Amino acid sequence: MSDHQLRVSKIPRGTVIDHIRAGQALNVLAILGIDGESGETVSVGMNVPSDRMGHKDIVKVEDRELSQDEVDVLSLIAPEATINIIREYEVAEKQYLERPERVVGVLSCPNHNCITNENEPVETEFDVLDDGVRCEYCETIVREDLADHIAVE
Amino acid sequence: MRDDHLITAKQLSREDVESVLDRAAEFDADPAAFGDRHEDAILGLLFFEPSTRTKMSFETAIKRLGGDAVDMGTVESSSVKKGESLADTARVIEGYADALVLRHPSQGAAKMVGEFVDVPLLNAGDGAGHHPTQTLLDLYTIRENAGLDDLTIGIMGDLKYGRTVHSLAHALTNFDADQHFISPESLKLPRSVRYDLHESGAMVREHTELDDILPSLDVLYVTRIQRERFPDENEYQEIAGEYGIDLETLESAKDDLTVMHPLPRVDEIAPEVDDTDYATYFEQAHNGVPVRMALLDQLLEGRQ
Repeated sequence: MSDHQLRVSKIPRGTVIDHIRAGQALNVLAILGIDGESGETVSVGMNVPSDRMGHKDIVKVEDRELSQDEVDVLSLIAPEATINIIREYEVAEKQYLERPERVVGVLSCPNHNCITNENEPVETEFDVLDDGVRCEYCETIVREDLADHIAVE
Repeated sequence: MRDDHLITAKQLSREDVESVLDRAAEFDADPAAFGDRHEDAILGLLFFEPSTRTKMSFETAIKRLGGDAVDMGTVESSSVKKGESLADTARVIEGYADALVLRHPSQGAAKMVGEFVDVPLLNAGDGAGHHPTQTLLDLYTIRENAGLDDLTIGIMGDLKYGRTVHSLAHALTNFDADQHFISPESLKLPRSVRYDLHESGAMVREHTELDDILPSLDVLYVTRIQRERFPDENEYQEIAGEYGIDLETLESAKDDLTVMHPLPRVDEIAPEVDDTDYATYFEQAHNGVPVRMALLDQLLEGRQ
């Protein structure tokens, strides 16, 4: 079996997140809350050659389909990614990411003086701009290093 | 959230502003004549930061309208000290009052409280965010002295953290106003305000020197450069000197320049300017009462 075949070997069921911008795979794992302790079988390819992207990352998670919240956050840091839902070794659904209008409860605000960083009963809420996100409460605009602000459990 | 909360000046259309300012002019003409307008109305004052002008002008405004104010006192003497959340404090006080006024050190505090309370809420300053009632009295003062259209205004000082600046800049996008922002590089307008001004198509210019633009200004709005923002006292002293004004600075200004300041000032405006026709900052502070009377009148009219 070749290296190439090993990289793309099929999984029986779960999710394959393909065409992740090279270097973002670990952030994708963070969004999905995968830290190796939950027992899921996960395969990660980093800097894999790609005709379309030059190099890409790829993440395969067995026995799991993604929630809409997870997909929304993925779209912010890996907008070119495709999500393949696998059932019986076949691609049952293919999903292209669309940037949502807003993301709720998945990013923390980097402004320490924002009310969402205090002990108040309020969820974070960000409007998605063309080139970043904006806190609905303090209006701080975040354009760089979005993955650093992921607050998904 | 209720439509009649006033959280940010971005909510205000030109018509909204003009309606409040016109009503304020009526109250300004004879403030003592409206003592039966809102008898029994109670205004809840939630001030989590020290404030003199804003708090007292709201108290005066509601009393001039025949109502009264209840006050949570200092943070140290309130349940906040016991660890009560802001959301809970607001929900309790709304049970006592027909409208609430909130001053809080955290940005976004007013928006959050607005989601929890059913009585009208006025944002009286949320950290470095917004201060829309100050903006209405600023606009009232500008309209009285220079008019709100065909206006060239310079806004100088701490533009990064100055909530009065942020609110004023947003509100001025409703009018034919060229806005010039003068500050040290480190205290320029925050990204979010520049984004909004750009989106609104406002005419905006940024400067580091007042001299560049002073001769063309109709209004110069000065704010305090906040010493506590500077890690190095020497750096503050250098900058503070450059952004203060005195009679010498004003030699190149138009004769009818209006100089404003939300107060308190420290040394941004030399006392010698107080006795000139330029000085409008005490008039500006006075205008807080009729403008807040007009706002409260509008809100309380809908009271059941």
